[in-house]
Formats: sequence, C-alpha cells, structure tokens
Amino acid sequence: MKRWDDGAELADALDHGLSPQEWERLLTALGRTPNLTELGIFAALWSEHCSYKSSRVHLTNLPTSGPRVVQGPGENAGAVDIGEGWVAVFKVESHNHPSFIEPYQGAATGVGGILRDVFTMGARPVMLLDSLRFGELSLPRMRYLVDGVVRGIGDYGNCVGVPTLGGEVDFDPAYNGNILVNAMCVGVARKDKLFFARAQGAGNRVIYLGSKTGRDGIHGATMASDTFDETAEQKRPTVQVGDPFTEKLLIEACLELMEKGLVVAIQDMGAAGLTSSAFEMAARGGCGLELDLSRVPVRAEGMTPYELMLSESQERMLLVARPQDVQEIFAICHRWGLDACDIGEVVEGREVVAYWKGELAFRLPVAPLVDAAPRYERPFQLPPSPSAVTLPSFSGRNFSEDLRRLLASPHLGSKRAVYQQYDQTVGAATLAGPGGEAALVLVPGTRIGLAATTDCNAFACSLDPYAGAAQAVVEALRNLACVGAEPVGVTDCLNFGSPENPQVMGQFVAAVQGLGDACRALGVPVVSGNVSFYNETSGQAILPTPTVGMVGVVPWVLHRPRFTLRDGDLVALLGPVVGQLNGSRYLQLVWDIKAGVIPHPDYQGEKTAAELVRSLVRLGLVAARDISDGGLAVILAEMCDEIGVRVSIPGDVSPASFLFGEWGPRYLLAFPERFQEAVAAAAEGVPFLIVGRAEGDALVVVHDDEELIWLSLVELAHLREQGLRFLEET
Amino acid sequence: MTWRRPKIGVVRFPGSNRDADAMRAVELCGGEAVPVWHESEDLLGVTGVLIPGGFSYGDYLRAGAMAAHSPVMKAVRKHAEAGGPVLGICNGLQILLEAGLLPGAMLPNRSLRFIHKEVFLRVERDDTPLLGKLRCGQVLRLPIAHKEGNWFAPPEVFQEVERQRLIALRYCSAEGEVAEAYNPNGALAAVAGLTNREGNVLGMMPHPECRVDPFLGEPFGKPFIAALVEVS
Repeated sequence: MKRWDDGAELADALDHGLSPQEWERLLTALGRTPNLTELGIFAALWSEHCSYKSSRVHLTNLPTSGPRVVQGPGENAGAVDIGEGWVAVFKVESHNHPSFIEPYQGAATGVGGILRDVFTMGARPVMLLDSLRFGELSLPRMRYLVDGVVRGIGDYGNCVGVPTLGGEVDFDPAYNGNILVNAMCVGVARKDKLFFARAQGAGNRVIYLGSKTGRDGIHGATMASDTFDETAEQKRPTVQVGDPFTEKLLIEACLELMEKGLVVAIQDMGAAGLTSSAFEMAARGGCGLELDLSRVPVRAEGMTPYELMLSESQERMLLVARPQDVQEIFAICHRWGLDACDIGEVVEGREVVAYWKGELAFRLPVAPLVDAAPRYERPFQLPPSPSAVTLPSFSGRNFSEDLRRLLASPHLGSKRAVYQQYDQTVGAATLAGPGGEAALVLVPGTRIGLAATTDCNAFACSLDPYAGAAQAVVEALRNLACVGAEPVGVTDCLNFGSPENPQVMGQFVAAVQGLGDACRALGVPVVSGNVSFYNETSGQAILPTPTVGMVGVVPWVLHRPRFTLRDGDLVALLGPVVGQLNGSRYLQLVWDIKAGVIPHPDYQGEKTAAELVRSLVRLGLVAARDISDGGLAVILAEMCDEIGVRVSIPGDVSPASFLFGEWGPRYLLAFPERFQEAVAAAAEGVPFLIVGRAEGDALVVVHDDEELIWLSLVELAHLREQGLRFLEET
Repeated sequence: MTWRRPKIGVVRFPGSNRDADAMRAVELCGGEAVPVWHESEDLLGVTGVLIPGGFSYGDYLRAGAMAAHSPVMKAVRKHAEAGGPVLGICNGLQILLEAGLLPGAMLPNRSLRFIHKEVFLRVERDDTPLLGKLRCGQVLRLPIAHKEGNWFAPPEVFQEVERQRLIALRYCSAEGEVAEAYNPNGALAAVAGLTNREGNVLGMMPHPECRVDPFLGEPFGKPFIAALVEVS
C-alpha cells in the first residue's frame, strides 16, 4: 500500500475516480507527478460533486440576476433582499448517496451541511425543508430507509433548534436503488452583515474551529460522484457521523464571532473537507495559504496528511482572522466549549502549501485545481416529445372509490407521520408549517413574512423533463401565493442519473431549460443550487428530479394564513373549470397510465392568478390551496378538517377532468359568505366559480343531482393516514 | 418609588434552543429577560427564573442529567428553596426532575420518537402563584415538542404526588376528558406538568413561550409566562 507522500501513477488516479484524460490534464497543469495526497486533493476537487464539470455549461442558462439579488450562485448560499435591511440566505443540497447507504446519519449530516452553508454567510437559520424520494414501500429495506431518514432529519434539526416546516415526500420504483434526500435551509441576515468565503490579507491567520478530524467520510465527494452497484453497502465507512449538539454550538459561536467583527472570511468544511474549504477560500480571495497540518486537532491516532485533507468529519469550520483578534476568537470558542486552533496563515501568491511534522506535505497551485477544473460538454439526446394518451371511458365510474385509493396512497395521503417528528414551533415565529401549502415564518422583530416551498412532480418530469421542470416552478409560485407571498428567489437541486448516458444528459439539459425559461418568465432569479448526478444503480437511473426550492416574501403580515374549511364557508374554484388528465396522478395511480403530454405553463395566467390569490390571502379574506397533485378532489379532502363540504360540478363539465385534472392556474378558495362580494369583485377577469359550501360531516360531490362522491370525515381522516401508518408502528 | 420591570433570569445551557423564544415571551409579558449563563454561580439579581427548552449538553447521558449538576443550578436550587419562582419548560422540566426540585423522572416517549403536536391540557391546580391565572378544569391548547416526555414515578412517589396534589396539567381531549387516547407520550396519569409542594416551582412539557404573541396562535401560553413575571 502506498504512503501519503509516494508518487502517484495512472492506476491511483483511476482508483480515485479520475479518467485517463483527466490524469493527463492533471500532469500538464501541475508540470510534474503529484504525490498521493496531491492526487487525492485533485480527485476530490475535480469530482462531479465539487466541480460541476458536466453541468456547468448548462447551468449558465439559468437567470441569476435581479434587483433583489445580493449574492447569486458561487458562494456557500444565495442571498436576496427582503426589505427593511434584511436578506434571506438560502440553498438546497442533496445528500442522496450517503442516505441510501446509512439513512439516519446520511440524512442528519445532510441537514447539518445545509445549515452550515447558511450560517457561514452570517445568517441565522430560521427554517428547514426536505424534499424526499423513496422507492416501493413493499420492500422491507425501503421502510427502514424512510424511517431512518425521517429520524435523522428530525433528530438533527430538532436538537439544533431550527424548525422543519416543509418539503415533499414521494415514492416511485425508480428510486428503489437510489433514494433522494434534498435538504433546504433558509436563514436571515442583515444586508450589511453578510460574510463570504474569500480569504484575504497576507499575514492573516487561518483558524480551524469545531469538531476534531477523524477518518470518517474520506472519499465522500468521490463516492457521491459515482453510481451504485450491489456492493453499495460496503461504502458505509464513507458516510459521516453527525453531532447536532456541536453544530448548535458552532452556530452560536460563529454568529457571535461575526457579530463582533472578528471574521475576515469563513467557510465550512463540507464535501472534501479541509481540501475544498482551503482551496475555495484561496481561489475566491485570489491569495495563497500556508497550513501546518500537524496542528489540526485529530480524534484518531496516526492520521496522515492524505487523511487530514480528505476527511469529511462534520461540524468543522475554517475561518480567516486578523492576528490581533485570534485570542478573542479562542476565548469565545472556548466559552462555547469548542476546539479552535491556529493552523496557518494567508500568504501572497496563489499556492496552498502544507507542512506536516516540519516537512513539506504538498505545494499546489490554486488555479488549475479550482478555476481550471475540467468542463465537459457531454453528448446528450433530448427526450422525445410525449404523445397524448387516449382517455379511458369514465361513465358509471365509482369516483368515491377512486378518491379512496388516491387518499390512501402514500403519494397523496397525509404526511403527518413524517412531519410530526419535526419540531415546528422552535423559534416562536411559525405562521404556517407542514400540512399547508408553503412554510411561513416571521423575520425576528419584524412583521416581514418569509415563505418557502419545495416542489417537483418527478412523474411529470419523467414524461417531459422540460415541461415538468417548468411546472415545478409555477407550482412553487402557486404555493407561495396561498400564504400571501411573492417569490423573490429560487434554489434548485437537480437530481439525475449518470451524465455519461446521453439520454440522462438529455433529461438534464431539457430540465435546466424548463427551469430557466419558467424562472425568466416569472422574473425569479436562481441564486443557489446543487447538482446530484450518478443517482443510478446497476444502470437503472432515477426519475429526473429537478427539485425547486422557492422563497417568497410578505412585506407586512396582517393575517396568519389558513388552509382548512370553516363551517359555512363558500368554496370557489379560481381558474379553468377543468384540468387536464394527461400526465395526472389520477391516471398514474388509479389507471396505471404512465404517459401523456405535460402542458407548458400558461405564465401570464399563472402570474395573474397568483397575484390575485396573494392579495386575497394577505387581506385575510380567503383560505387558499392550489390544485396540483391529485387534482381538486384530493385538495378538497385536504381542506376538510373539522367540517365537511358539498360541491356541485357544473352540468356541462366532465366530472373526471373537474375532480382529478391537473395543471394550470387553478386554486380552491374558501371564505365566509359575507366576503363573497369582495372576493368576486377582486376576481374579475379571472375565471371564478362558486362550487360549494362547507357543511355537514362528509365530503360530498354532486353532478346533475347525482351523488358522485360521499366520504365521511371520519373515513377521510382514516384514509389519509393509511399510506405512512407503518412509521408509527414500532 | 420608581417603576421597574421584574427581572426574569432565562438560563442558557450549551444546547438550549428555546432560550431566545423564552426571553421574547418574558418581554412580551412585561418582564425584563436576563440571560444567565450555565457557568454562572449567581443569578445576577433576578427575582424569577425560567429554564427554557432545548437539548442542554446535547441530552448526553439523559435529558437534563448534566444540566442538573451545572453551577447555575446550584443557584437556582437556592433561589427555589428560598421560595423564589421557577418555571421549567420541556428540557427545563427534565432538568428540574434530574435536580430533584420536582418529583419523578422522564422516560423516552412510548413511540420512541420525537413528537411535535398540538395537544389539549386540563388545568388541575389554580391555587399556586404560578398557576394563579388559570382555572381548575380549564382546557388549554399548546404544542409539545420532545422525545422524552413520558413522566414516570414509582408507586410510593406517585402516591405522594397525588396526596400533595402536585399534578398541575394533564393531557386530555378538547372536551377535557383524560384518557389514554389523548396521552401523546405515555406519561403516567397523563401528567404534562407538575408543581412542587410549596407551589413556587412549576415544570411543564408543553411550550407556552411560543403561544404568547396572539399573532402566532391562540395565546394559551400567556397565563404561564405572565404569572411568572407578576409573582417575581
């Protein structure tokens, strides 16, 4: 076995996941043969996970600027202006590969990582959201994965004290071999108190802060840049172990250091640990670093420079500070019970030099590693346009039974068994949490409402990645409208199979186009994001899953939004009377028809409707829900809590399309009768139809005097809990 | 005589995470919130103490176990023994149990999972200073958020608890009925909150501090925080 300072050769490069061409590129860039540690550093920074080498050329198509943008992509997280001197800082990131191998720790450290990305910018995290995808629940291992992921997310966020207020959970056999765990964090900071990861000022000190470095997570970044086969379980040692208690101390200590003006630059040690934090800070700051690796606090005996540079031990930060501030920094860290030590200094030039036990460990130029990482224009084949399906005949159909099946499915049932394990009130600022349409919190000390949602209908994306991704963006817009919020920025987590497969690459290219076109049409910039490729096992790729995380603002919250019916409420349908059944969850889940055309969004219609709903919600006139997954019938069931509802389908309308159709700017609004005139007047110019009233103790739908659906509230509640009941059977 | 706001010490342990929420709630009820660090051996002249929720010392060993032996808890004990008011919420109750200031112990929830849920609570006592703003039999609604809230006491201790009427709050239905179906965590006798014999120490699992501002929901938490401020 080779030592850390032995010369590397092609075989080692291949072991590290580099291609022969990349090895050649490395030799040219460096002008000499690297030692094993240097090779490890190159391999980590040139991994797909760190370098975005396959995606970067396409990501330039996303709109990233706008009047509110304070920080776009390229930093730890994006930042947008939300008024009164505040910025929202947010990002979504995947932790798919580790979560499949070790669900509890994989998911927990995913939450830890995204929290660090946000507080590293000087922002206090105020909410978390999680977009999760699992395979078939009939597989015993899948239940173990769901349970582990949910516990991991809960235990980490709950302990750190950041409420988990939203997200999605969905299921498809395509995720049997690769589950998705996308964690999003939103924080708030003063606009003039943002911090960046730009090392600056020769002579400044480099401070290591947080947990000691162990051997966990070595090669995490390269593992996340590879596909799985049946030996995935053996990769367990590459998964990191999280400690939310230390993370909580890190948050408080870092925010205190920043508040006191003691920080020049700061970066968390995430994927590729000390390697990425050191090289990226040097690259962004245009300077060099000199490190003494012997001073890095370790938790294992005999760790080599190779291991020190590539460990992904969690809860560690690297910061740059003025020499005169170092003692005060140590005192603050000590008070929080954290390890902090001086491991080097900022130097002129553009090299990172590291010593170990008095000898040179490596000396590497920054530019070829970070700025000149490989970029690929991978061959791609755009997916064929889907063709419309011929609809089955619905005459004589038992729609009560169809609705039962939808509600009892884990896809469309209640997610309470999941989110009940997440703290939703810590922070004492929650106005809307899970179970509603979007999360809404108050910015501390203000009446600014900060909203967030994650959306992606991966089934639709599998039929048409372009339209599916665009629909995810407009669905997010609608969700925000239901809490009265106007969108201010997007973060995306693009989960796909192997980019080396032209068909998968085609899905990716189409989805990015759809995402970009939709964000441009709505005028919402993409300010941060993450790409996760290689989500495939033994050649079987996941559904294209471009998760959209959208953040919105209510400038001055007057009313807490509501989403359920009250006795006597009128129920109105805003938008087109019928939806399309093509590509609907109804055809997918009830009829097993997995085909159809996904329409391109009607952007003007979406904007007009969203603006209307937003103002009605802000004034406290209506409870609003948008009609998406499952269609109107499923949304109606979600609105029934303490009171039933009776809805009449207009005579000339196809019941199936009315009840289960999707797509388009459709909302259900509920409001007391005394507001009817005001709501109807506001809705002028937008299709608006009163369809029913909240009453009784059942969900009833009639058409031409015929009762099409009758489900009691008791049965509804029972059905909606069916799908995820196993989570409560311990 | 000059006007002053009562000073309420909000104890901060490493891992406390509802400390800022508790401080804001105290201020909303007219008190002056004073953060008191866990290493502090005196209470900085406060007249009331609030031990907030969170995961003090990461809940290592047992929830509240390490915090119970911290320097600040010596001072809190002295304050309580002198009749000073103390309110412990969630992790604060766990700490008070571990410190022996309230009877019994906490076990992990029956489900072994963290539970966040809106629950109904029946008020069992209204004749102590910290419960003086409530009425016996009144039903409140507050969120719980914990993994270890399954209160337990051995039979001889429980007999004393009942004899001395130390149960302050019990989980119940919206109508105030106490039954196993409404007990979220398996707590013995559906106990959600306890007082000491003297009535100056109150511990509760539900979170009143996030239901003081009516903007965030019906302010069922206000009577608890306001009582602490008023009697301090």
